[in-house]
Amino acid sequence: MFDLKDLYQEIIVDHNRAPRNFREILDADIKAEGYNPLCGDKLTVYLKLDGDVISDVSFQGEGCAISVASASLMTDQLKGKTEAEAEKIFETFHELVTDRESEIDLEKVGKLGALAGVREFPARVKCATLCWHTLNSALEDHDQGKDSHETISTE
Amino acid sequence: MSAISSIIKDNVVDHWRKDFPILDQKVNDKDLVYLDNAATTQKPLSVIETISRYYSEINSNIHRGVHTLSQLATDEYEETRKKVQQFINAKNLNEIIFTRGTTEAINLITRSWGEAELKPGDEVIISEMEHHSNIVPWQMICEKTGAILKVIPMNDDGELLVEEYKKLINEKTKMVAVVHVSNALGTINPVKEIIQIAHDYDALVLLDGAQAVAHLPIDVQELDCDFYAFSGHKLYGPTGIGVLYGKENLLEKMPPYQGGGDMILMVTFEKTEYNELPYKFEAGTPNIAGTIGLGAAIDYVSEIGFEAIDAHEESLLQYATASLQEIPGFRAIGTAKEKASVVSFVIDGIHPHDLGTILDTEGVAIRTGHHCAMPVMTHFKVPATARASFALYNTRTEIDVLKAALIKTMEIMGV
Ligand SMILES: Cc1ncc(COP(=O)(O)O)c(C=O)c1O
Repeated sequence: MFDLKDLYQEIIVDHNRAPRNFREILDADIKAEGYNPLCGDKLTVYLKLDGDVISDVSFQGEGCAISVASASLMTDQLKGKTEAEAEKIFETFHELVTDRESEIDLEKVGKLGALAGVREFPARVKCATLCWHTLNSALEDHDQGKDSHETISTE
Repeated sequence: MSAISSIIKDNVVDHWRKDFPILDQKVNDKDLVYLDNAATTQKPLSVIETISRYYSEINSNIHRGVHTLSQLATDEYEETRKKVQQFINAKNLNEIIFTRGTTEAINLITRSWGEAELKPGDEVIISEMEHHSNIVPWQMICEKTGAILKVIPMNDDGELLVEEYKKLINEKTKMVAVVHVSNALGTINPVKEIIQIAHDYDALVLLDGAQAVAHLPIDVQELDCDFYAFSGHKLYGPTGIGVLYGKENLLEKMPPYQGGGDMILMVTFEKTEYNELPYKFEAGTPNIAGTIGLGAAIDYVSEIGFEAIDAHEESLLQYATASLQEIPGFRAIGTAKEKASVVSFVIDGIHPHDLGTILDTEGVAIRTGHHCAMPVMTHFKVPATARASFALYNTRTEIDVLKAALIKTMEIMGV
């Protein structure tokens, strides 16, 4: 049986109450919107790139504790990483929250490990991954030289 | 209420609870507290056994066999039509059409009546508190026919503004389609007045009774509504079966909605003659088991009676409203004077989804989200609400468990 504490860990509660990087980047290179129609979660992710290094990343929006904390932790993790590194982290994170059997390598996932409990709550996986999907498709569009005006939806 | 009568009452509810086998179980190691009855109600043993007996003893296709089982199945299917007729006091038996549920019943109206009757510039009125199933089909048919959709607004208690409705309605209005009891707010609408006003303008009225049938006695003749739609699964019956009631003279004029078996009298490749009411609208093999199960559900509810159900649910609503209001940061969404046993709410600083997840770990099942009524969320400027909705088998103890779980949630979330 799961323990509720595994989902609402202190770190998540803390990031929900005081989200990090919760601001707009006025001269962002990439701005992408994510929407989860099922729960009404909406967020905007802002990215500033220096070559292929993410020099600044932030978000704004509203949602449940899981989605806000996840976005907050994501922005914390990605600052200073290259696009390729960001993609790797996303893959690791995705496995962390979706694959119930996968081993949790805390060294590899760092603070994101706080969200591992989500894997026991299938109904909440989308909350945790909304910000990542938003960021990921924005980066992909950016790489292909497309403007990302489309809202990323979880459905 | 005196101590004695409240003891008797709890005994009665205990008795009712025993009719629902699903309630006696643990979820996440806690006693199940099922408070999601507006989404679907649980089923009494009599309904479960009726369906099981149908499949183990008389399963056969209806209306087309001369053999004994087919006759038995047909009899029970048609017997349910009579039960529905009595249940909502329809004048004629052929005014009862079986559908998959409320949604299909409303789509039947928009596709059959709407397509035939609506012309460019005609107007259809719905309300701000409709379920998506009474919004989207009207949008679709208005788009197709060039009719115009208008919306009755509501106030911040979640009550329809009848004065505004009077300003919206005019000679171009052909249909007023409103919810009888709101699923997101619990509001019981003044449908009788709404119907009278519509009829003054020769407009028809469709009532979405999905949330009403389990809580209020329905008399379609007394209401004088033209159409009434509801689902069996919110009335202690099975999923996949619902009812469309329509006045005979209106249904007679409407073209069929789907083509197939059962809805015809004679088919040649040159011409098909449609069957009479209600079969004209029941193409194909219907949900026979579900229909018969609905009959058992109606028997169950009728035996208890709406007087007892209403008294119990009303006392639960009062108790829950008073008790939950003591929670700091609690805000009820939907505070209409006339309300069914639904408490929709938000708690400051906690997203409803977090509430729902944590309550589930306490065995408490509530609904969180937009309740298929996004315009209602927009009105109250919330992304979602949490909703506890009560049925005849719920108890005050369960409301205490809900309250304790909410307080625990606040501790976990640090608010
Ligand atoms: C007010 C209202 N109308 C319509 C519906 C749709 O009912 P069904 O899904 O059974 O067709 C519901 C059910 O959620 C409802 O609450």
